[in-house]
Amino acid sequence: MSLWNTIIVALIALKRNPTRALLTTLGIMIGIAAVITMMEIGRGSSNSIRNSIEKMGANSVMIMPGWVRVGGVSQGASSRVSLLPADAEAIGRECPSVAYYSPLVRANGNQVIFGASNWVPNRIIGVSPDYLKITNWVVDEGRCFNERELEHRASVCLVGATVVRELFDGMSPIDCEIRIRNTTFRVIGVLKSKGSSMNGNDEDDTIIAPWTTVRMRLTGLRSGTATSTTSTAASRPGELYPGTGVALYPEQDSTLASDKLLVPRFTYIDQIVFSAVSPEKVQQAVREAALVLRERHNLKPDEDDDFRIFNSAEFMAMLSSTSTIMTNLLLIVALISLIVGGVGIMNIMLVSVTERTREIGLRMAVGARSSDILKQFLVEAIVLCLVGGIIGIIMGHGAALMVETYLKWPIESSPGAVAAAFGVSVAVGIVFGFYPAYKASKLDPIDALRYE
Amino acid sequence: MALIELENITKTYFLGEIDVPVLKGITLNIGQGEYVALMGASGSGKSTLMNILGCLDRPTDGNYLFEGEELGRASGDRRAMIRNQKIGFVFQSFNLLARTSALENVIMPLAYTAGKLSHAERRRRGEAALEQVGLADRMHHHPSQLSGGQQQRVAIARALINHPPVLFADEPTGNLDTKTSFEVMEMFSNLNAAGITVILVTHSDEIASYAKRQIRVKDGLVIDDGGAK
Repeated sequence: MSLWNTIIVALIALKRNPTRALLTTLGIMIGIAAVITMMEIGRGSSNSIRNSIEKMGANSVMIMPGWVRVGGVSQGASSRVSLLPADAEAIGRECPSVAYYSPLVRANGNQVIFGASNWVPNRIIGVSPDYLKITNWVVDEGRCFNERELEHRASVCLVGATVVRELFDGMSPIDCEIRIRNTTFRVIGVLKSKGSSMNGNDEDDTIIAPWTTVRMRLTGLRSGTATSTTSTAASRPGELYPGTGVALYPEQDSTLASDKLLVPRFTYIDQIVFSAVSPEKVQQAVREAALVLRERHNLKPDEDDDFRIFNSAEFMAMLSSTSTIMTNLLLIVALISLIVGGVGIMNIMLVSVTERTREIGLRMAVGARSSDILKQFLVEAIVLCLVGGIIGIIMGHGAALMVETYLKWPIESSPGAVAAAFGVSVAVGIVFGFYPAYKASKLDPIDALRYE
Repeated sequence: MALIELENITKTYFLGEIDVPVLKGITLNIGQGEYVALMGASGSGKSTLMNILGCLDRPTDGNYLFEGEELGRASGDRRAMIRNQKIGFVFQSFNLLARTSALENVIMPLAYTAGKLSHAERRRRGEAALEQVGLADRMHHHPSQLSGGQQQRVAIARALINHPPVLFADEPTGNLDTKTSFEVMEMFSNLNAAGITVILVTHSDEIASYAKRQIRVKDGLVIDDGGAK
């Protein structure tokens, strides 16, 4: 008996009792529908999580200077001054996976004064105009500074929403002049509110200016490094009374100093920030950037990096894995319901075999082999499951569409899940249809014919 | 060479500790074109004998040659093939598939025929078989819409679909009234006249009288073989 004929016979047999066939396959239907809905919602939500992470600037990468040891004592992260603006340019020029780059200098902790108000923003940073593209930041009002202003160290700045609220009391700050230390900056733009960052800082509590301006006019060299020359050092409490301060660390002698080559240069920068062309390319971009920097810093193969690279890929992986775990858990629940559905199929197939004992006997009497009977009942179970599976796929997709329409959850249809649902239906049919079919094939034709 | 040769066939049922011998050594030849009635009271072993003849059951011992081929010990698939190609069965209770049209019932055995037949060819053969038994106008009726006699004729058409040389009928008139019984027996006579070997199982002398040869079975042995040659 050919497979096609077997399928036809199975369909005819099922058609004889459509209500029961439908009720039997209901379990499979619901199971498959649940699987499909879960997959579509799961994929949709992990996609939207990915999108929002990207919006937060997930494919941005930070390069910080390495640390330095002075007399065996580590000076902590970024204690080394090793990054140059030219390094940033080289990364932009030589790394194909890098989309945008920007040097970054910090002037945090400075008081900002406007009229009678003052405020100490969380971050005062100097960057290049591309920084906004790297962080997916948009200027809400006004404009960003341009390359020309960057080149000329123009005293212009962008302010975040929190700064606007605290300093300007809600009025438009465009063209207002604010003072940071001894420099007057003209506000040329307001940054669109971003809310808090991944680790809870207020991103809107920020002032952004050209990095050249911040470096040349605000900070000079970074404060806090071993080579700091800022005058504020003189006002440290320990040095108000010379001689009373305790020397906490051994003094750096000339040998050590020359060994470490900590020559201060005016144009050192605190960070390089760049973005990869796509989230998938982040790791590659990191490798390329590291290579360029090692070369530029003349590092020998056995020397450690004098910089450190951070990216949010891990954070992103964690977030998407959370949604993957949820999807998988729900999938397991759906699979359990499929097993329950399969047991239902087996139950009804056993009933069907008993009910049709005479038919089986007759078929054997007119020449059906055991294998024909086995095939017939197996195919019947598979067809039953497949019909349920197909209805389930349609129902599941419909349910997902309803969730999208009414709950506004993002969904994404997945052809893979549909194929898997087909496969699972067939597998359930085989697994749970085999025993009843085997039982049918082992019937004795004489007993079966006499069965009442 | 006879169509069917039985040589000292025995059949014993092993029911736990007691053995129940049903056939105690039957030797019998049936030739091509014969019309035989197997007769006997209930429990005489005539049904068991027919099951063995029809390849539904295996003898405990002895040889069963069908067209010279030993079938008692043949493989299950071989015996299924013989049942499909060489043997037609007609049962007392018709055994038609419910909620299935007469035509579908008749062509059902063709599904197990090794040679590939197109769907149209099957229908053609089914229609021809139904015409042969005079049911051309009832092809798409379900068994529940047919009378007992009509149902039995559908069953006969089904038995004939593969043009078997032998037709077995187990109490074919047991569920029918006198008039339809007569019609069905006429049909068997006509088929026999056309060259088909017909083997009836019955306990009724009247039905057996249609046959040309009456074989009486009692307590697992042939006690009278009317037409033995």
